[in-house]
Amino acid sequence: MSRASQAFTQAQQSGRLAMHQRRKRINVVALTLALSAMAFGVFWLLWILVETVRQGFGGLTLSVFTQMTPPPQAETGGLANALFGSLYMVLLATLVGTPIGVMAGVYLAEYGQKTWLGSATRFINDILLSAPSIVIGLFIYAAIVARLKTFSGFAGVLALALIVIPVVIRTTENMLSLIPNALREAAYALGTPKWKVISSITLRAARAGVVTGVLLAVARISGETAPLLFTALSNQFWTSDLREPMASLPVTIFKFAMSPYENWQKLAWAGVFLITLGVLALNIAARVFLREKR
Amino acid sequence: MDTRVDIHPASTAKISVRDLNFFYGSFHALKKINLDLPENKVTAFIGPSGCGKSTLLRTFNRMFELYPEQRAEGEILLDGQNILNRKLDVSLIRAKVGMVFQKPTPFPMSIYDNIAFGVKLFETLPRVEMDERVEWALKKAALWNEVKDKLHQSGSGLSGGQQQRLCIARGIAIKPEVLLLDEPCSALDPISTGKIEELIHELKTDYTVLIVTHNMQQAARCSDYTAYMYLGDLIEFGPTAEVFTKPRHKDTEDYITGRFG
Repeated sequence: MSRASQAFTQAQQSGRLAMHQRRKRINVVALTLALSAMAFGVFWLLWILVETVRQGFGGLTLSVFTQMTPPPQAETGGLANALFGSLYMVLLATLVGTPIGVMAGVYLAEYGQKTWLGSATRFINDILLSAPSIVIGLFIYAAIVARLKTFSGFAGVLALALIVIPVVIRTTENMLSLIPNALREAAYALGTPKWKVISSITLRAARAGVVTGVLLAVARISGETAPLLFTALSNQFWTSDLREPMASLPVTIFKFAMSPYENWQKLAWAGVFLITLGVLALNIAARVFLREKR
Repeated sequence: MDTRVDIHPASTAKISVRDLNFFYGSFHALKKINLDLPENKVTAFIGPSGCGKSTLLRTFNRMFELYPEQRAEGEILLDGQNILNRKLDVSLIRAKVGMVFQKPTPFPMSIYDNIAFGVKLFETLPRVEMDERVEWALKKAALWNEVKDKLHQSGSGLSGGQQQRLCIARGIAIKPEVLLLDEPCSALDPISTGKIEELIHELKTDYTVLIVTHNMQQAARCSDYTAYMYLGDLIEFGPTAEVFTKPRHKDTEDYITGRFG
């Protein structure tokens, strides 16, 4: 019998034990570092949430939802026009951006995987996806606002739609490419034409993921300020006319929070609270929706 | 190598393969296959992995056309008509030649709609007739009793074996003449496998069934004819009893007895 296969010597045993102790110490150090990094992140996040609730919840009265944005130092006033403007523009931008995004995503996943056009589109979409939103705002300003010589809700909708589209394209493509090819083949094996395979089988199978992508895109544009500053600007009054400047929650918060007037600051906090609550609800809805389909 | 075998005089050829060559890009996967597949019989394709049996099966409904780098040369005659002819509408071929895959693939919809989906592609049926068709197909696939109370629940809630029978029901609902089964039991437990095998046995009264299998006992149990393939060649084809008891080629015997493969 060779020496190597014989029982461990005393020296080998204690060597192993020392290595084991060292691994344990390294583990403790790494775990401590990871936990403190996590605590650092959560600390700020919780502070933001606590501050939002503390400052915002107090200012939340019925008049916030029923009255228009007030002049400085007024007794009453609310955010009704800004809330409506935000909901209206976000809704329209989603309605414009979702079909375009889904169709482009379908093209990338089902038709153009290996084509030159497909790779080029994918590359450009990735750039658009990571473009700072202020760039998109300035682009719409130059292309639409400067030309028509007026800020408008229409321009705001376009800027927000431009943010929605790349997000929806990316999620649609990813979700469709997760669908196993066997499912496509099974549909084709019945003699199903391609458009029907996509619309009835693959898109349907990927539905939860696509809807989640849309919800996350909505959550993202709900809080965008930069693209609206240059496009929809703001409006003290209620309007649903897309040709006029339109108030929105983020821009109103931006304006009110930086002002020295106490009533404006209070409303800004109420607005912050409402946006946080809305985005939180959207994120939870997206998660619940995805889980239910599993 | 002469592989042409006279099929049993009592049955006629449903599918005749003539000088079929198949390529994945530049790889020559099927080499000059000639074969007559008898009507209303079960033919099993056996052979080691990569021998081309699944490839051959996928030419019978032109499934390979989904992938641009794959191509077939030669003729496959279905009732005398060459289905490799590009002018022939592939949907109509697939309506005649149904296919069931290795893994169950229920569509993301209810059990009822899984069956109705294919039917709706070719026929517009009033509600009552569609109900009847769905029931007929599910009974034919020996699944009706297990699902009749939950037709409107999702098909993905069924067990693997039930899902596979749902796929068979979906295939026969459009009333094909040929059924292609590509290792239909390889993802199933022995009890589900037994049920599918029984089903295959019953299906042959109405359909010409072609089955690819890795399971030698399965081929012996449920097929009338067996084709043994190796490296893209059809080595031997004949009545299952003969192929299994007195194969004419040494390769076949070695494979069947487990000396290689």
